[in-house]
Amino acid sequence: MKPYTMTVSPDFMPDYIAGWYIFNTWLQRQLGQSIHLELYNDFATQREAISRDEIDLIYANPFDAAMLVREKGFSAIAAPQDKPDEVILAVPAESPVKKLDDLTPGTRIARTDDPDVNLIGMMMIESADLKADNTHVQMLDSYVLVAKALFQERADLGFFLKEAYESLSDFVRSQLSVLLSSEIHVVTHVLLASPAFTTHQDELRACLLDMPHRDKGQGVLDSMGLSGWQLQAQEDTEFMIDLMDTLA
Amino acid sequence: MQDMHQDDVVSSCIEQVLVYHDDSRRKVYVADQEVPFPEGKLIVSRTNEAGIITHGNQSFVEMSGFTEDELIGQPHHILRHPDMPKAAFKDLWDTLARGEKWSGYVKNLRKDGAYYWVLATVVANIRGGEVTGYTSVRRKPSRERIAECIELYRQMRLEEAS
Repeated sequence: MKPYTMTVSPDFMPDYIAGWYIFNTWLQRQLGQSIHLELYNDFATQREAISRDEIDLIYANPFDAAMLVREKGFSAIAAPQDKPDEVILAVPAESPVKKLDDLTPGTRIARTDDPDVNLIGMMMIESADLKADNTHVQMLDSYVLVAKALFQERADLGFFLKEAYESLSDFVRSQLSVLLSSEIHVVTHVLLASPAFTTHQDELRACLLDMPHRDKGQGVLDSMGLSGWQLQAQEDTEFMIDLMDTLA
Repeated sequence: MQDMHQDDVVSSCIEQVLVYHDDSRRKVYVADQEVPFPEGKLIVSRTNEAGIITHGNQSFVEMSGFTEDELIGQPHHILRHPDMPKAAFKDLWDTLARGEKWSGYVKNLRKDGAYYWVLATVVANIRGGEVTGYTSVRRKPSRERIAECIELYRQMRLEEAS
């Protein structure tokens, strides 16, 4: 029988790549199912695989949750505990921009292709009357490159996933200044299962919620940079999708 | 809905009477005192199909000046400020009825008579093909847009009064 395929939102921290492979091995033993972990370099390639119905389990970016749940019939399983997606807007340390309202049309924005960070980031600068049509966006491959663009003064403003910003080295952060940090709390990555995985959903949910207490579970969580999983009811995900819709 | 109480409001409030779409009335006290939108946050609330508040996040509660218990079960227009033209809310409901998302600048009234401006977006919560309620998300508005809205809403209210 063909193994199920699991994938992870491409915005996960590179430090945790091994952790996701360890998790996949652990999960297969727990469920007694064959699961192949497929990682994609970018969101566009991952979405193509989703559109071809090649994905059965996904640790999804909240931005993609709408398409997965409402168009592809995926079900919410669990969300990482205490790990909301918050966004940091940063400027070069020596920037004259000290508050959001100091930003002016023509601002050069450095960002990655992380869709929820970009959505929230653009929403946050809207109060300074900045939009897509009066800013210049540079799409970069990683948050380290976003930081580099700022301290080399090739960009005036950077969008960061808070977790990624906090994982930058002290040296890099010393050359940046945080303009604003979001406190949205309810936008989070979520583990979703496809309709093809329906028969294993309850077992998967129970397994994840109990993970710290199962054999090697806590160690696997540590390797993924997670403290645990919390139940994500379908309505929790629907609510998050509605919220993301208001920001789009 | 209960009238506002003078004991709850800041000094220098002016008494006004709000008339809602169903002709119900509420005595309110308003002060020329703005509370700034909290940086980086979103104000989120949900209502049922009839516009009765069912959930609100911490920012929603804090900015309103009410307690959570005082808000849950109340019509969302408990936050209506008399400086808002009725046409804005008619447009909101007409837009939602067409199955579309509504967005607009809104001046909200706090329990203490002060006010806060928001850029509000409202979407219908569609579950199983049915509208089960509405989610409203408010973010920090631009001062330039607010300045435009103050004048626009003043003119709209004058037209509504004539």
